[in-house]
Amino acid sequence: MEYFVQQLINGLTLGSIYGLIAIGYTMVYGIIGMINFAHGDIFMIGSFIALATFLILTSVLGFAFLPVILLIVIIVAMLFTSAWGWSVERIAYRPLRGSFRLAPLITAIGMSIVLQNFVQITQGARVKPLPPQIQGGITLMHGQTEGGADIVVQLSYMQAIIIVTTVVLMTGFTLLINRTALGRAQRACEQDRKMAALLGVDVDRTISLTFVVGAALAAVAGFMFLLLYGVIDFYIGFLAGVKAFTAAVLGGIGSLPGAMLGGLLIGLIEVFWSGYFTVEYKDVAAFSILAIVLIFLPSGLLGKPEVEKV
Amino acid sequence: MASDNVAAPTAETTPVGAQALAEGRQTGSKPLNIEPFDWTKALKSSGQAAFLAGVLAFFFIGMNADIAPGGLVISYRFLALLYAVMVVFFGRLLLETFIFHAAPALSRVIASVVFVLVVVGMMAYDVPGTRQLERVLVGAGLGLAVVAVVYGVARWRNNASRRTRATDTTESRLAWLGRAATIVMLLVAAALPFIITTFFGAKDRQILDVAILIMTYVMLGWGLNIVVGLAGLLDLGYVAFYAVGAYSFALLSTHFEAIGFWTALPLAGMLAAMWGLVLGFPVLRLRGDYLAIVTLAFGEIIRIVLLNWYDFTGGPNGISGIPKPTLFGLEFTRGEGGFADFFGIPYNTIHRFVYLYYIIFILALITNFVTIRLRKLPIGRAWEALREDEIACRSLGINTTNTKLTAFAIGAMFGGFAGSFFATRQGFISPESFTFIESAIILAIVVLGGLGSQIGVVIASVVMIGGIEILRNLDFLQRIFPGVDPVQYRMLIFGLAMVGIMIWKPRGLVTTREPSAVLKEKKRIGADLVAQGEGH
Repeated sequence: MEYFVQQLINGLTLGSIYGLIAIGYTMVYGIIGMINFAHGDIFMIGSFIALATFLILTSVLGFAFLPVILLIVIIVAMLFTSAWGWSVERIAYRPLRGSFRLAPLITAIGMSIVLQNFVQITQGARVKPLPPQIQGGITLMHGQTEGGADIVVQLSYMQAIIIVTTVVLMTGFTLLINRTALGRAQRACEQDRKMAALLGVDVDRTISLTFVVGAALAAVAGFMFLLLYGVIDFYIGFLAGVKAFTAAVLGGIGSLPGAMLGGLLIGLIEVFWSGYFTVEYKDVAAFSILAIVLIFLPSGLLGKPEVEKV
Repeated sequence: MASDNVAAPTAETTPVGAQALAEGRQTGSKPLNIEPFDWTKALKSSGQAAFLAGVLAFFFIGMNADIAPGGLVISYRFLALLYAVMVVFFGRLLLETFIFHAAPALSRVIASVVFVLVVVGMMAYDVPGTRQLERVLVGAGLGLAVVAVVYGVARWRNNASRRTRATDTTESRLAWLGRAATIVMLLVAAALPFIITTFFGAKDRQILDVAILIMTYVMLGWGLNIVVGLAGLLDLGYVAFYAVGAYSFALLSTHFEAIGFWTALPLAGMLAAMWGLVLGFPVLRLRGDYLAIVTLAFGEIIRIVLLNWYDFTGGPNGISGIPKPTLFGLEFTRGEGGFADFFGIPYNTIHRFVYLYYIIFILALITNFVTIRLRKLPIGRAWEALREDEIACRSLGINTTNTKLTAFAIGAMFGGFAGSFFATRQGFISPESFTFIESAIILAIVVLGGLGSQIGVVIASVVMIGGIEILRNLDFLQRIFPGVDPVQYRMLIFGLAMVGIMIWKPRGLVTTREPSAVLKEKKRIGADLVAQGEGH
């Protein structure tokens, strides 16, 4: 029981990260109907920016008060990463708008290769370890295993920070989509781009901002990933990206609450799979779920079924 | 707006949304910007580009977090950052004058001269002292080369926008030229080992090895072309079948003494085809991007299983000691009973490479021949019909299930052949050789070459794979930029080329192709009219 609760907490933490990345996939798919393959690498870029900012703040500028550091790192990472998100769209996707459907997918794969190798060349291929920064936690339960060993269920401060940050960001993001002019334009473009353009919505700008918002959320996810695992390298974007995409599909692609729900589910599945079955095959579990969901439930849990028109 | 160019709508007269739509309607190349060139505007947009570059590069080029005793330590490279920003600023200025606007000659000259001077200055300033003159000369050469390329592109675009529709005679001449080029290329490919050994004696093994590699990718590209180009099923997990082929041969040959390359080859092809059916069956209902992502997942699942099924596949250690192919039982070894001994010629390691080259050459030709023949058979026509319109297909009574499955199986079979060849060439395989990036490279070759175009695959393989291999041999670059290994940059350049070629020619390098079936007369069709494997 205690083990189960502990895994549940771990799963929710990991799921929050996947959910934040999944938002970027689902928004872009909703608005221009393409898989932004480079989004996982935007997440990786975000984690590197967060790492550098963190190091500058702590070791060069000598900041010591952790909440301030976290806040500054998050803001800087969001700003700089969204510049990356914007540029990727501007360089690789906008020139191909209205072109045939495979073209942006190919440039997306190309962009993903470019980003990975750019970071590998400039930052080196070795992993970057960051010692745990936030220690301690809240003990929730005490118990004993069958063998008699003590088992403690703990919600570490780090996990709490990750979950709280995700909730705050998701609330802000939901407000942004539901209440602001940008959100309205975004939803309009999602429904019918041509009509939105005719009614005076600046489609290009809306799409750009979609990428910016997606990248900003991915940057936060990157920072959380860095804090949670303490290691990043240039290749983390691929796996995290595929899993987040799985999350987006599971929740129903195009649906924002679906992306978050899917993220949490994928995180839980991954953690429980590692906890109760084999760690080696946890990625197989995620990939199999992707295949199974797409085959049997193509519109996901919260998505609208796609109507095929002749 | 001046009254003399009222007819041409510009960004100022057209609402932005409508402009987006107009851009959406045309695919690919945009017309030349007819707005007059203006230095303040050009400088402003260059400044914006440079600022953006600075923001993007700040944390990546400007600094580096590296492991040091006592944790990560950050080091700064602000000079490199400045260089990057300067290159973007002056490069953008160059593009403004040549490509984005038709600037007057004087402005073009000024922009070019400034660009070259900046490059020379950067080269000279960087590491003073050593090889100063050589560096300055290289800087000037680099700068001039960039200017020349930009000028060439500007000229080409100018001509292209003026060019009228090609007449029928030039069309037929082009067709004839294409056929002639194909024959010449085929002859060159057939004689390649002899050309290489005659003219590049010193480096023959290395060059032949690259030729074998390119040929392997040609074969993989042709195999994938059946699935993506003909049947329109976007497959991002093609490397899985390559892996199945390689592991089938490796496992068969290491477990059974009697099985050599030639016995294992058909078996590996059959096993791969079977896996094509197994993986193809569940995804029959999926289309387009979804299909792509599920096939990617399948490819990764196979790789992870290969990596973790230690008892069977050797896990990350892979399988070594895979036998080399023999020529009717003759091994390419030194001494008694070897190939050289049997024919009474002096032993040379190059013989084995020549033999390997011909194996893959013939395998690739078989792939090509089968594809061309299949296109004329009912099943090939059904593939192409499926690519164009699945619903129409179904209503005409085509069994889409069987059609898709045969495409998957036949494509997978050729992937399996190529995989066996890869295993025997390397003598060692591990899951590391079958990552997603391989699938991406093969798909890129197919799409960049022009979907469904056989010759396009060849051109794309030579350009992309050959281009990467050329980087390995640029020793002079290493002398001028100490500590810079050009090989490091190969995947970066590969990715940039993927993006660049796609934006330049979204339909691929070869954009016209012969229709497979014709009514009355044969006409060349532009690729715009060929649906592009969307799987609809």
